Amino acid sequence: MTSELTRLTLSGALERLSRRELSAVELTAAHLDAMAAARELNAFITETPDCALAMAEASDARRARGEVGPLDGIPLAVKDLFCTSDVLTTAGSRILDGFRPPYESTVTARLWQAGAVCLGKTNLDEFAMGSSNMTSAFGPVRNPWTRPGENEALVPGGSSGGSAAAVAARLCLGATGTDTGGSIRQPAAFTGTVGLKPTYGRCSRWGIVAFASSLDQAGPMARTVRDCALLLEVIAGYDPKDSTSADLPVPRFSAAVGRSLAGLRIGVPREYRVDGMPDEIERLWQAGAAWLRDAGCELVEISLPHTRYALPTYYIIAPAEASSNLARYDGMRYGLRVQGDSLTDTYMATRGEGFGAEVKRRVLIGTYVLSAGYYDAYYLKAQRVRRRIADDFTQGFEHCDAILTPTAPSAAFRAGEKMDDPVAMYLNDVFTVPVNLAGLPAISVPAGLSDDGLPLGLQVIGRPWDEETVFAVAAALESAAAFDHLPYGLEA
Amino acid sequence: MGWIVEGSTGRWEIVVGLEVHAQVISRAKLFSGASTEFGAAPNHQVSPVDAGMPGMLPVLNRYCVEQAVRTGLGLEAQINTYSVFERKNYFYPDLPTGYQISQYQHPIVGKGRVLIDLPDGRTRAIGITRLHLEQDAGKSLHDQHDAATLIDLNRCGVALMEIVSEPDIRAPEEAVLYLRKLRSILRYLGTCDGNMEEGSLRCDANVSVRREGSDALGTRCEIKNVNSMRFVAKAIEYEARRQVELLEAGGRVEQETRLFDAVRGETRSMRNKEEAHDYRYFPDPDLLPLVLDEALIERLRAELPELPDAKRQRFEREYGLSVYDAGVLVAEQATADYFEAATRGRDAKQTANWVINELFGMLGKAGLPLESSPVTPAQLGSLIDLVNAGTISGRIAKDVFAIMFETGDDPGSIVEARGLRQVTDMSAIEPIVDRLIAENPGQVETVRKNPKVAGWFTGQVMKATGGKANPQLVNELVARKLGL
Repeated sequence: MTSELTRLTLSGALERLSRRELSAVELTAAHLDAMAAARELNAFITETPDCALAMAEASDARRARGEVGPLDGIPLAVKDLFCTSDVLTTAGSRILDGFRPPYESTVTARLWQAGAVCLGKTNLDEFAMGSSNMTSAFGPVRNPWTRPGENEALVPGGSSGGSAAAVAARLCLGATGTDTGGSIRQPAAFTGTVGLKPTYGRCSRWGIVAFASSLDQAGPMARTVRDCALLLEVIAGYDPKDSTSADLPVPRFSAAVGRSLAGLRIGVPREYRVDGMPDEIERLWQAGAAWLRDAGCELVEISLPHTRYALPTYYIIAPAEASSNLARYDGMRYGLRVQGDSLTDTYMATRGEGFGAEVKRRVLIGTYVLSAGYYDAYYLKAQRVRRRIADDFTQGFEHCDAILTPTAPSAAFRAGEKMDDPVAMYLNDVFTVPVNLAGLPAISVPAGLSDDGLPLGLQVIGRPWDEETVFAVAAALESAAAFDHLPYGLEA
Repeated sequence: MGWIVEGSTGRWEIVVGLEVHAQVISRAKLFSGASTEFGAAPNHQVSPVDAGMPGMLPVLNRYCVEQAVRTGLGLEAQINTYSVFERKNYFYPDLPTGYQISQYQHPIVGKGRVLIDLPDGRTRAIGITRLHLEQDAGKSLHDQHDAATLIDLNRCGVALMEIVSEPDIRAPEEAVLYLRKLRSILRYLGTCDGNMEEGSLRCDANVSVRREGSDALGTRCEIKNVNSMRFVAKAIEYEARRQVELLEAGGRVEQETRLFDAVRGETRSMRNKEEAHDYRYFPDPDLLPLVLDEALIERLRAELPELPDAKRQRFEREYGLSVYDAGVLVAEQATADYFEAATRGRDAKQTANWVINELFGMLGKAGLPLESSPVTPAQLGSLIDLVNAGTISGRIAKDVFAIMFETGDDPGSIVEARGLRQVTDMSAIEPIVDRLIAENPGQVETVRKNPKVAGWFTGQVMKATGGKANPQLVNELVARKLGL
């Protein structure tokens, strides 16, 4: 039961709002109805309808006064990793039981400042650790897509699976995600939506529950490249409260959408042809290359020789940082507390009950690789390899202006699949993880359907701070692919 | 300044290094904007960053960095233009994030030195290994509730400088001299108030022993919580004797952390090597490496105040003071400033005596710091002028000083109001001398036999005049009258 209003793109809705053909309240109400009708997706952990309507009314009032922000009246969903003032913030974990932050993350504060409307907080893998949304303490998210004629639940990808599902199912016009190893791009690919991970430092991490601080980056998820660009224009920018945020001007990213690609060199990394990659992924990649050639680009093969070390490197650095970042969840000040007979008992009982299996696995790995006697062999070595991976990209970008790869090695898989094999699960991120290690911007654009009729995405990787080229290339792919499929059940 | 433990099997010397935690003088904490003021109600100076709330990030307080650089320069140390903040991971309720942000492999300050002043007038250099910046933890209050430990996070996140010495200290008293000198330098620099009672200067001692003449290093124990000048020497001495006894009985010193119990005057085991934490240090990904500009270092160097060693040398050279007097006067910047203000245009030795003996004596008795002295340097100066002009005698001057200390009045007005002006008029004194000679024939006889005891007459004259007679003139008069 989706109304015509929820089928609008973000940019389309902005236009209708500005022409007064539509009120923010109407637009918001339509999305709240859609959310209520789509609860079986489990895309939201917390819905905030009262707050949404109040914000929409305020937006309409502003518009009546002529004080309009760049996203005024646009209903958005927020990954439940962003702290939202006085609104339950869970990180998909039991350990934050009942936690209502007394502060608002910089990224969401910028959205509300721009006039956007908060619909609620979306489901995610616990502490953003996962590629399937199966590790959430609030239950898995269901991908709005199913294989044609089947009703078997598929994963939406992760960790920003709730945001991706909500965007794909037309429950919101856009959403925030975070991407540590592919957590925006892979779910975008699995749900036929667009998701961008900006350059590390482009968006403030202040107020985002930390997973792996040197890799985490917030970014936009929406149904078009332009919508993502509009969202990034609002959420990007220097924040003195985050020492790793960059003091750089924020370009008008949306101006890059539709820009001519004539003369642009597109790199195709040889090492991304991984063993056992399905033909359909290879074909999609070739199609993407052809579209860009048609758009005036020169395709060049490049080499990123350390690619195969990216996953093991990531699975040392990310858990190491996570093991330390998650130490604060000790039951002492907020969230869950399971009282034991001694301090140590209380710690163990609280963390034992509060964290799920995947989080525990990563905390253990992280603690191990940082411990005395192993630090040099694992963490230090991983940091060195990380530099090599970044150097690969630097050298690669001497020969090209953007890089084209598949986003994920497969389409969405069945819920529950790969749960007993963490390494198989980690392989989902083989194309996305190197980008985080190098701190680069990258986008996933829906580019076609798999043989099973499921969406597949292409990834465009850019130079540091060059989101504009990423958007420009992504827009060309988007227009060539003309991906207008809807999740089954929404077509009518 | 060797110090030896006489064991039953021979003589042992000690090897000691100190780790000092000095709280940085700064209005805000190291990584949050929360206030650092001492004495606020529990948990009233805590930001969400300090409380380890989800999503909170540290932002380095540049002023604390400057303070650390100043301190490094004051310790004649290498300033590292590249340093890294790392996380020291351990679980404790007064450490909300589960890690302390500290510096480990790349501290902001490297090797330096502190000169200690030995009692015999010589100086000795104690090496500084490093100084690094780190944040303090909160406080666990175990005695406030019958069934729970309460946590006060006011101190959590406050900037500390950990200053690590080389194991150059060879006597318990040297440790005290080192601490005193370090504290003095920090106070001169304005980088730490050195208040051990409030915990803004805390000290741990690494102690080992070895046979006299040996170059080998013994196994050391870290003694925590030696938080007063008095206890430093006591704790080291106790620990040295304990280790010698253990070794001589055929035992082994275990590398461990021990706690000094000031009440019992002993150290006891806190945790052994097996129980030692694995802190899993790694660079804090929330903070970029700290890169210092050479220009900043040079600016801070140019702004450094004159430090105690340089000031002492200048006091010896410029004022002709003894090593001891100069040392006492420069220990605190305020004292040195007071002295210099009081002695301007006057005899330095005389001023030093007044400051060290009279002023310090009175302040000590009243329990006042110099900053609260009721007598200003200018007032002390005019008192000295009154003595030197012969307006009052030295003895009267001490009484006048006591009144000045009591009332804060100027010496001139005290002398006038109380009629304390010295009597130099011989016509007033002569009759008294004559009367004393007439009344004390026995004493006259004694003095004639032994002129050295003529002072008895002088004393009587002073008594009779209420101390106002000029003793020099009285002496001369008595000698003349008795024909000495």
